[in-house]
Amino acid sequence: MSLSKSLTLTVYGMSCNGCASRLQTALNAIEGVHAEVSFASNRVDLTIEKSVDYENTIKSIKTLIAEKGYTSTLPIAETASDQSQSAEKSSHSNKNSAESPANTQELLIEGATCASCVSKIEKTLNALPDVQQAQMNLALRTVSVTGHAATKTLIQAIESAGYHAKSTGNASDQDLLEEKNQAEQTYYHKLMVQMWIGLALGGGLMAYGLLGGAMTVNSPTERIVWFIIGLFCAGVMYFAGKHFYIGAWNSFVNHNANMDTLIALGTGTAWLYSMVVVIYPLALPEIARHVYFEATAMIIGLINLGLALEVKARGRTSEAIQRLIGLQAKTARVIRDGQDIDIAIEEVLLNDLVRVRPGERIPVDGIVNEGKTTIDESMLTGEPMPVKKSSGDEVVAGTINKSGSIIFQAQRIGKDTALAQIIKMVKRAQNSKPPIGRLADIISGYFVPVIMIISITSALIWLNFGPDNSIAFAVVSATTVLIIACPCALGLATPMSVMVGVGKAAEAGVLIRNGEALQNASKITAMILDKTGTITLGQPKVTDIYPVNAMDENQILQLVASLEIGSEHPLAEAIVESAKERGLSTDKVEHFNAIAGQGVEGQLGDKRLLFGNQKLMREQHIDLDQKSLEISAEMANEAKTPMFFAMNGELAAIIAVADPIKDDSISAIKRLQNNGIRVIMLTGDNQETAKAVARKVGITEFFAEVLPEEKSQKVAQLQAQGEIVGMTGDGINDAPALALANVGFAIGTGTDVAIESADITLMRGSLNGLADAISVSKATLRNIKQNLFGAFIYNTAGVPLAAGVLFPLTGLLLNPVIAGAAMAFSSVTVVSNANRLRFFKPQEH
Amino acid sequence: MLFINLAGIFLIALIIWWFWLYAPKSQRQVSADKDNAVIDIVVQDGVYQPATITVSAHKTAILNFIRKDATPCAEMVIFPDLNISEELPLNKAFAITLPMLEKGQYLFHCQMQMYKGYLIVE
Repeated sequence: MSLSKSLTLTVYGMSCNGCASRLQTALNAIEGVHAEVSFASNRVDLTIEKSVDYENTIKSIKTLIAEKGYTSTLPIAETASDQSQSAEKSSHSNKNSAESPANTQELLIEGATCASCVSKIEKTLNALPDVQQAQMNLALRTVSVTGHAATKTLIQAIESAGYHAKSTGNASDQDLLEEKNQAEQTYYHKLMVQMWIGLALGGGLMAYGLLGGAMTVNSPTERIVWFIIGLFCAGVMYFAGKHFYIGAWNSFVNHNANMDTLIALGTGTAWLYSMVVVIYPLALPEIARHVYFEATAMIIGLINLGLALEVKARGRTSEAIQRLIGLQAKTARVIRDGQDIDIAIEEVLLNDLVRVRPGERIPVDGIVNEGKTTIDESMLTGEPMPVKKSSGDEVVAGTINKSGSIIFQAQRIGKDTALAQIIKMVKRAQNSKPPIGRLADIISGYFVPVIMIISITSALIWLNFGPDNSIAFAVVSATTVLIIACPCALGLATPMSVMVGVGKAAEAGVLIRNGEALQNASKITAMILDKTGTITLGQPKVTDIYPVNAMDENQILQLVASLEIGSEHPLAEAIVESAKERGLSTDKVEHFNAIAGQGVEGQLGDKRLLFGNQKLMREQHIDLDQKSLEISAEMANEAKTPMFFAMNGELAAIIAVADPIKDDSISAIKRLQNNGIRVIMLTGDNQETAKAVARKVGITEFFAEVLPEEKSQKVAQLQAQGEIVGMTGDGINDAPALALANVGFAIGTGTDVAIESADITLMRGSLNGLADAISVSKATLRNIKQNLFGAFIYNTAGVPLAAGVLFPLTGLLLNPVIAGAAMAFSSVTVVSNANRLRFFKPQEH
Repeated sequence: MLFINLAGIFLIALIIWWFWLYAPKSQRQVSADKDNAVIDIVVQDGVYQPATITVSAHKTAILNFIRKDATPCAEMVIFPDLNISEELPLNKAFAITLPMLEKGQYLFHCQMQMYKGYLIVE
């Protein structure tokens, strides 16, 4: 204990920067103490010099904080000597991982405020034996550490230096979620208590009025009684409604107005008027000496109830993201030094060997090293069938190992896993707003001041043209207008539905990039489907070899495979694969050249080889006899792709390659067509093959023989016809077309979410995902429209009603308490309507 | 009655001036003119403190939002022009890194626009 100590306290109760500044001055006055107080983060960073008695100084600090009226947490303190201990521990705990390759991890630091903190943290971390380099970014409050050290060791070391640290990985999502739920629960209880305070007084007074009690001030006794009730009401306003008044005032001084402004003005007007009636009854005509304390208390109670219900309902809107976060395993079983050890998920390092038994969740992304199993990926991709996995296959975090035990090598950890990326993407999309919400935003910007103006105008009209006790009518109408108006319903209409809709889509394996994509997807009139890999499996196979000259099938296949081995085209892969299956070896081809949209050419010894479509043969002046043409047409009619092989300027063979159609492509295409969408197939195949495939899957329109660079032209062509075009492809060679389309859909391979060019990513290969995406977006947009319509109608009908437009006809004026109830439940209604989307089942639409 | 009517009209004019016409020149604002400057913004009691932030054009800056208000409204902060929309944890700092921006005024607000602030790039 001979070195100086740094420690951090969390202090509660400071309400302004002034409090923080005064506390800092007082703390610095204690001998041997250097303090920095932050109001923003409720923190006190302390350094206690070695020359003073540590325990006594701590006591003095805590006493001073308590004397100032604040509460503080226990200090989180470590000394430099503790650092060495933890360094020792870290060295011990990490020796097992020393042989694995170095990795970089990021930690979030709390409590670092200056350059010296940065230097201290970096020095502490760099002193650890398993750390190669530690670098801190003060602006981002993050430290990036390269080496073998486990996260826990790093956190211990940082905390021993007097700071807080946590992993920025996926585990923090769970912590964040738990904290959020906890905070919401606390807030809900607080609101419920405030509701009961409001309703207890308001309800009692209302019952008294309904049972025939006079709510007027006509005698000195009544004045005293009502004065006392008025004070109770002020108590209600303070204890149950303080947040409205503080919020309203803060907004006002910032030239802003919000819901708090309306509630504060409405309840304040009713209370003030009632107090005037009680204190100076003579200032008002006898008929107008009515008190409205019950309205003030009831409104505060009801609006707190509305807020509490809204908190509950809002919690349900984020169920989908909560479910995704819940997929993350908390621990992993890694093999270190030949032994299985269970560690926290954030301690898993890159290249760690991880063992997963049947029934367990995959903790991080990786490649299977040992074992065979089936894995349920439905929670991420929506694909119900378990997927077989064996050595060399990829496994992703969050999925469930069903049958066998496997060992895999960790490839992506923390925030880099596919699951973490999906969570990030869904969260971002949930928070974005589609263009349809812009009008509501513009209106929200002007809403509250406009309501205030309407309220004043309404009061003036009553005062000028109202009956005898017009002042009471003016107060009631002004109050009711302020209370009934609900900017929240307007503001919530769009985001709540987007939140649920995007979450719902994610559950079906559909990742929507943002609100705009969601809205556009609901309006699609034409959908272009790239044939290969979208309608078909994208794994073509050789089905027929038709020799034209004297060579046999194997000779032909060997030559063509030798030529195609250098090509990356899916058809080339089919040829090479087929040659491998027959045990044929390939030779080295020279002068290889790929001719885009046509085929390939090359030289093998004295043979000039050409392999490609009919167009290539035409361009290269290869004669195709009538029989060859007939055979190729027949192959095309069977939805196979005929490819021509020419050697030394003469046709040698025709090879048919077919790409099997996915099982559910036909039903998914039908679903799209039933939704009124014009479905068009796009392919590089010739007319006949394209026609045959299109016929098989029930498509009448297609673009055939389209070169890769022409895909975007086809999108533009349809857009020029006035169509809102969706383009579906694999996201690799379709990028320009996906980007140009109104909505680009990328069919992902399992959990590959990094398809930047797409607006919507379908995590499973099925085209049903496409139909699901469109169904969900349509349902979400319908829900947004219902919400917006409801919110607009509520306000446009409610405000004039509150102002008393019906009074000349019916003699009725809306009671402010009813307005309060309506206002409280309007936003709950919007959130609840959005929640209806949770029950939406895309398969049925 | 004339006095009351005039008072009412005056109030309406005051509302229009205070909420719409007033230019936020003398408001408390925080400026940052260096790369990666960090500005703390407290989200509490219906307002962002400070509500007006000035940063230099073509320089990155970090806004550190500290949400102290448990109301659901304060949960989100949205910069509509910058396509930024983030959920703010309660009682914790949340950093938003601003890209390099062109000169101008950018609004940021909560989902329901109860909280409002201005990012001025100059």
